[in-house]
Amino acid sequence: MNPLLRLRAWLRHSLREPRMDLPLLGALILLALVGLTTLYSASDLDRHLVVGQALRFALGGLFLLLLSRVPPNMLRNWTPWLYFASLALLVAVAVIGQGRGANRWLNLGVVRFQPSELVKLTLPMMVAWYLHARELPPRWLTLGAVAVLILAPTLLIAKQPDLGTALLVTASGVFAVFLAGLAWWRIFALLGAAAAAAPLLWHFMHEYQRDRLRMFLNPEADPLGNGWHIIQSEIAVGSGGLAGKGWHHGTQSRLEFLPEHTTDFVFAVFSEEWGWIGVIALLALYLFIVGRGLVIAANARDTYSRLLAGSISMAFFVYVMVNGGMITGLLPVVGVPLPLISYGGTSAVSLLAGFGVLMSIHAHRKFMSA
Amino acid sequence: MKKRQKNRSGKIKDAQREAERFRRRALAGFVLIALCLGGLAARFWFLQVARHAEFAARSDNNRISVRSIPPTRGLIYDRNGVLLAENIAAFRLEVVPEQIKDMGTMLDALGHVIALSDDDIERFYALRKSKRAFDSIPLRLKLSEDEIARFSTQRWRFPGVDVVPYLTRAYPRGTDFAHVVGYVGRIDAADAANLDADEYAGTTQIGKTGIERKYEDALHGSPGYEQVEVNVDKRVIGKPISRVAPTPGKNLYLSIDARLQRVAFDALSGRPGAVAAIDPRNGEVLALASAPSFDPNLFVNGIGRADYAALMNNPDKPLLDRAIAGGFTPGSTVKPYLGLGGLELGLRKPQDTVLSTGEFFIPGQSRGYRDDVRGGQGLVNLRQAIARSVNTYFYSLALDMGIDRFSSWMANFGFGRPTGIDLPGEASGVLPSREWKRAKMEQPFYPGETVIAGIGQGFWVITPIQLASALATLSDGGVRHVPHLLRAMQAGLNAPRVPVVQPQPAPSFVRNPANWDAVRQGMIDVVNDPSGTAHGLGEGFPYVIAGKTGTAERYSRTGEEWTNIATSAISRHEVLFEVFTPADAPRVAVVVALKEGRSGAYDAAPIARRILDEWLKDDDGGHTP
Repeated sequence: MNPLLRLRAWLRHSLREPRMDLPLLGALILLALVGLTTLYSASDLDRHLVVGQALRFALGGLFLLLLSRVPPNMLRNWTPWLYFASLALLVAVAVIGQGRGANRWLNLGVVRFQPSELVKLTLPMMVAWYLHARELPPRWLTLGAVAVLILAPTLLIAKQPDLGTALLVTASGVFAVFLAGLAWWRIFALLGAAAAAAPLLWHFMHEYQRDRLRMFLNPEADPLGNGWHIIQSEIAVGSGGLAGKGWHHGTQSRLEFLPEHTTDFVFAVFSEEWGWIGVIALLALYLFIVGRGLVIAANARDTYSRLLAGSISMAFFVYVMVNGGMITGLLPVVGVPLPLISYGGTSAVSLLAGFGVLMSIHAHRKFMSA
Repeated sequence: MKKRQKNRSGKIKDAQREAERFRRRALAGFVLIALCLGGLAARFWFLQVARHAEFAARSDNNRISVRSIPPTRGLIYDRNGVLLAENIAAFRLEVVPEQIKDMGTMLDALGHVIALSDDDIERFYALRKSKRAFDSIPLRLKLSEDEIARFSTQRWRFPGVDVVPYLTRAYPRGTDFAHVVGYVGRIDAADAANLDADEYAGTTQIGKTGIERKYEDALHGSPGYEQVEVNVDKRVIGKPISRVAPTPGKNLYLSIDARLQRVAFDALSGRPGAVAAIDPRNGEVLALASAPSFDPNLFVNGIGRADYAALMNNPDKPLLDRAIAGGFTPGSTVKPYLGLGGLELGLRKPQDTVLSTGEFFIPGQSRGYRDDVRGGQGLVNLRQAIARSVNTYFYSLALDMGIDRFSSWMANFGFGRPTGIDLPGEASGVLPSREWKRAKMEQPFYPGETVIAGIGQGFWVITPIQLASALATLSDGGVRHVPHLLRAMQAGLNAPRVPVVQPQPAPSFVRNPANWDAVRQGMIDVVNDPSGTAHGLGEGFPYVIAGKTGTAERYSRTGEEWTNIATSAISRHEVLFEVFTPADAPRVAVVVALKEGRSGAYDAAPIARRILDEWLKDDDGGHTP
């Protein structure tokens, strides 16, 4: 057969019976483009940085492609092994890890990576795997077991210390339980207990983390020191106005008043340059991705796939909420990137890998509601 | 697996129920997420729309910084366009305190790279108090090329310290104009306290003395400013957003003739004294010299302690402007003024004579007042009394006039008060009067004091500019022009010179011009009659010169000092000479005063003649006043 004809046939087949969810894929590509555009401006037209980020997207895309080819059943069978392997890596980090200030990195000779990023995927997998075989909705006993599954990696990550990732990891596990149908009264009981235990958390926090909380409560107390991030970020966001200052016209980032303007605070750059209208459009895009992920989850074949797809989707929202809350002064400063826009490799790769799992679940969905 | 097999019958139903439950939960989750994102959107609205104006202003505050551009100081020229004060490019070291962590350590380290005197550091700290933390404050002015090179290799060690180009003042004529033009100096804390900080932002120097101080406002101009975009380190990024150019200071044209000034200093040759030359027709000062002088350039960028100490400790007081603030006893130079008073007040007629016997007595008193010539000069009229400087004539005239009429008449010539010349620091001198003595000593005025006032002794103190102004008034027949230096101003190099309009002088206070002619005749005889005290001085001069000598005793003859220094005739006398020419329509009046000398004719008159000779070279013959 003519290779050209074969390509055409494959393309036609792929479009008619796509293995990927095209709306989700399109939204992700759109988001990545927005991310690169924003980074190009936020880095003051640093091509090197943008190309680097694009390469990371390519790597993440590769993971997405590979994982979309792995059937959920196979993934489920491997889940306990993957979970405990990632836990072992976390322990390894605690023992021989590297990093400035915080111990997050593991040097494998060829690549350096953060095992905590791996956990973002293996933990919801493990919780879904565990709940898959249990009677749902879960009772206290099941809940207790899930709590152990969640807390083990969370505590290891929080100790690094990486509060942001710990938060995301916890959230993904909690969402799985929520989606499994945990009774509302149990949810509220747990929330109440958590609120009561909050002062205990304060006791376990690092001093710099406490400073961040204090600053969050009153940034103007130290406008040139710890409050600087919050104040400058709010100025960047607020000065953007309704329509924004225009691409690469954001003075707060270009003149370096805004710290971390390509990483954790890139959303402030976006808000400054595109205004409230741009922010709404971006939030809508995120909401669409979350919604689309939940639709895929709802149409999934079994409990494992449903819970996994659902918790990955909802965890995605946590990134947006925590980052958006941080740059607008609603939430304390926690190192959570804005998904697919903040500069930085590992989160982009792990996020796209997660969407690869979603794609696989989509490909192996129930046929009744295709 | 076991469990599933057990429930095989309900499995499908269970699975469906579970899927349904999941859908409900997913929907609930989605709604929650949508609500959260909605809340986030509301927060964005609050910041971006509701509080936009506030944050937009804060953003502009962050990025826009207003820098003032100091104006260029006006230049100063003499009447012929000779440059007396100019601006030259130089470099200075500036520090932004805000960017220095530990000022003491930094200054220590910097001191090893560029020499910093205690003065520099002291001044810097003082200035710092009156400036804002982010203002750039000058630390050292006028760096040498060597220092600039050394600093630039070490610059990375000193963030917040920078070499900045600026224009500094230079006085190409140096000592000749140290007192007239004066000098600018660094703005110190005392200056800064009295200044409009906005007007002087970026300016480091200010007029301290002379014309530089008197016309500071005109010379300074007003600063421009530019809005620049700065980054978080306050570094300027890109081109200015907007710019308002500074208005340069005005150029000043003085009435002084630099050549005449040079000759005056040359003729004085460092002897403590002063020369003042005025055009009697309009009061323009043509030369104003005070010797010894000093180099004003020393002061511009901060004078060193050693240089300053040398000037302060010099017994001849080079910093004192003797021309306007040096006190001299006028001696016989007051005689023509008094003589005119005798005629004008009807006390004497020109032909009235007085018998000079060598000594004059107040009726009923035994103390004698000496004539200059032992044994007297016989019968003399006014003309002869002036030409030969006969004391007895003026003793008796002063006594007849009485101190009240004496002082009020003499006040017509401006004695006893500042002339109003446009220079700071003018002294007022002393015109003997009943009021003055009562205020000063709480004593009545005695007739003997009136007698010696008649020959310019006693309480009398004049300044050379005062005597020159009086001479100009006298020689112009009683019309008094305020002496002045500023002739014209110019708003830019190519702008027209705008003459400074002087106030219209009061009409002459001399009622009978013939009286003035009689006095003038006496003054002509001083120079031209064989009996004159300065005869021969007019030899070879194309115009008739008129004048009067003065040799004043510096100490009372009865005083202890007189006897102590009696061995040196020179040091007992202050010598003066006043002269104007042409005698019938004077165009120049010159006063020479020396702190020490043998006599006015011997020491002061030749200096005056040299000035007249120089003046002649530029004389227009009276065609353009």
